[in-house]
Amino acid sequence: MTQNVSPPRDSAPKVPSAGEQPAWRAVLFRADVRTLSLLGVLAVLILIGGLTKPDQFLDTRNLQLVLTQASVIGVVTVGMTFVIISGGIDLSVGAIVALASVWATTVATQEYGFAGILFTAVLVGLGCGLVNGVLIAYGGMVPFIATLAMLASARGLALQITDGRTQIVTVDSVLDLGERDAYVLGIPPLVLVFAAVTVVGWLVLNRTTFGRRSVAVGGNAEAARLAGIDVRRQRLYLYLLSGLCCGIAAFLLIVLAGSGQNTNGNLYELDAIAAAIIGGTLLTGGRGTIVGSVLGVLIFTTITNIFALNNLQTDVQQIAKGAIIVAAVLVQRRTASTT
Amino acid sequence: MAPEPPLLSMSGITKSFPGVRALDGVDLDVQAGEVHCLLGQNGAGKSTLIKVLAGAHQPDTGTISWRGEDVTLRSPIAAMRLGIATIYQELDLVEHLSVAENVHLGHEPTTAGFVVRGRAARASTAELLQRLGHPEIDPGRLVGDLSAAHQQIVSMARALSHDVRLIVMDEPSAALDPDEVDNLFRIVGDLTAAGVAVVYISHRLEEIRRIGDRVTVLKDGRAVARGLPAKSTPTSEVVSLMTGRNVEYVFPPRPDTPRVAAAEPVLTVENLSRRGEFAPLDLQVRPGEIVGLAGLVGSGRSEILETIYGARKPDTGRVLVDGKPLRPGSVRAAVRAGLGLAPEERKAQALLMLESVTRNVSVSSMSRFARAGWIDRGAELGAARAAVRELSLRPDNPDVPVRTLSGGNQQKAVLARWLLRGCRVLLLDEPTRGVDVGARAELYAVVRRLADEGLAVLLVSSEVPEVLGLADRVLVLREGSVVHTAPARELDEHRVLDLVMEGSPAS
Repeated sequence: MTQNVSPPRDSAPKVPSAGEQPAWRAVLFRADVRTLSLLGVLAVLILIGGLTKPDQFLDTRNLQLVLTQASVIGVVTVGMTFVIISGGIDLSVGAIVALASVWATTVATQEYGFAGILFTAVLVGLGCGLVNGVLIAYGGMVPFIATLAMLASARGLALQITDGRTQIVTVDSVLDLGERDAYVLGIPPLVLVFAAVTVVGWLVLNRTTFGRRSVAVGGNAEAARLAGIDVRRQRLYLYLLSGLCCGIAAFLLIVLAGSGQNTNGNLYELDAIAAAIIGGTLLTGGRGTIVGSVLGVLIFTTITNIFALNNLQTDVQQIAKGAIIVAAVLVQRRTASTT
Repeated sequence: MAPEPPLLSMSGITKSFPGVRALDGVDLDVQAGEVHCLLGQNGAGKSTLIKVLAGAHQPDTGTISWRGEDVTLRSPIAAMRLGIATIYQELDLVEHLSVAENVHLGHEPTTAGFVVRGRAARASTAELLQRLGHPEIDPGRLVGDLSAAHQQIVSMARALSHDVRLIVMDEPSAALDPDEVDNLFRIVGDLTAAGVAVVYISHRLEEIRRIGDRVTVLKDGRAVARGLPAKSTPTSEVVSLMTGRNVEYVFPPRPDTPRVAAAEPVLTVENLSRRGEFAPLDLQVRPGEIVGLAGLVGSGRSEILETIYGARKPDTGRVLVDGKPLRPGSVRAAVRAGLGLAPEERKAQALLMLESVTRNVSVSSMSRFARAGWIDRGAELGAARAAVRELSLRPDNPDVPVRTLSGGNQQKAVLARWLLRGCRVLLLDEPTRGVDVGARAELYAVVRRLADEGLAVLLVSSEVPEVLGLADRVLVLREGSVVHTAPARELDEHRVLDLVMEGSPAS
């Protein structure tokens, strides 16, 4: 086949940009419709926070706190977004975070210091992801069931390791990461990790073969298989990726809490799924964005913060979250049907 | 039937979707007891029109009158209450329910309002199936276990389980064998004799000649001809109304066969079989050659292609490309060796419907544009654009979503995928299914051109003229066995149908 790309009409001097730019703009514009509405919601929330508790909400420390809290669940959500885009689901993320956080904070692990804790958290996450992935991709198990089983057993194992006790972190280099002295230009290191994971996630999803294959598998697994994609291996990688994100999140949680607990990451799976869904990821797979998911996380965390500042109880928070999920999906359905 | 008002009269129906005016003032009159055929290319508005008629779409403007009274078809239930039933091309049956449960879905016979009377449902279903000439279908069986043809019968039984006065059939013969089509026509005859009107959609003109009374031709959302006599209007006139052209099937000329015969075969299939699907098969395809497999639905054609492609694992035999055997049951091995498949169910098996043309085209050769997994999107777009232009896919902007393309252009997107991959053996399974008449000739020309450029093509089609017109060499299949092999020019449709149906392997 000839690689005759010379466009007859496009008279732009640079050949690659002649094809590239309109596509890029179109993508940006398309993203805008969804993303802008999420940004709008976030702006309204910030406005509400600023109006109800002007001194406390807009305080730098509070904003740092909000972003730090968003970081742990945010990293989990990036992994979850990939899994959902590929047509799967990972119900075990919260349990994996718990298991990784306690395994990485046992007395034995802490002897190896910073590296030992980080390494163990990541390795436990990857290990759980591997089990999920093998069961789903090669064992033919439905993702819902396989990760539900992982949820139960990882939580159980976490309880067994800790015996229900909180494992205090004594490694100073780890604890220091959460201190104000470690902030870079006023930004907590945990938030920087979250930002880095977001950027890498976006690049992987949008610019790599891995991302394309994930979307293809979620959009039409049979077509992907017949197009020559190794669907099973891709699925395995996706659950590994989710496990990796859980491991990183577990480390962030250890820094944040200064301890490891078997109750960590409670209901993270639901928060992560909810954030991805309101961010525009299709639960049936084939479509989704990292930016949307991250905005979803920020929206939820901001709500929690505003409610806490206004002394509203968690029950009200939960009701508000539910309402937001419903509203976001309804709005998306409407915009999807008109575009 | 002149004095009575028509059973159904639609006038000035318009319906727009974002960016598309699907219906632009369509009129349609249907009399009780007639078979009214709806003709038009894909995208002409047939599907939208019948969805309006079924209550699934609301028209923007226009009026619908039913037995002389204006009505609004607010929902499918409203249409059904009037006595309008629709049998869609994609059957809308619940696979995990039984035949009887499907037939009575939504109006189960009940006692005291909630106790479902399964036995009554089964009895009335059996009666309907009897009427439809298929008493052998067990009302208690799961629909998912039935053949496509039988599922269609169930769909029809469901339509008849209501008190129908008008049945819309959207390409009902597409999945049927000739004898099944005869049965379908008998049913249509019975229905019309009982005063039921049938709106019949088909791409096959010869069917319309056989059973149609009047024809309405749609083009670009308008009715360009209404109430033409189905039996006496010349084919050329109908085709030119649909397309603006006077041709139906145009096949590209064949090159000289001696040149082809000299080449070494690129694809060799030895003793390949799958129990219950097809008997041991041997075949060879040379570069530049188009080999056709002709046979009925259920003769094992698609299964053969999918087994060669590695999507199914063979029980015996092997597949060789350039003399090297492929790992059995591995699609990836086949793709790596240079095989490409354009499957029968394009939307379900080939396309990523949410994605752009570019991404659909590049999906099999992504790594070519990637370094360490990183995609060079400029190169990808350029290559996709070149492939799209080479096949004159329209629109030629590869950024548009693939779902907005017509059937023929979607098929071109699939071909472009393999063209871009640099594939050497193309397996085509029903390449013109759902492709309108005008676009077919273009696809045939594309396939022939690809063959002339050195591709080996293995073609499967249920339309005998297509196999005979396009292929160089034809293998005739009957119930999973090759009963005859001959150059296409030595065969005609009659002979092939004889072989397929009578099966005289001795000849």
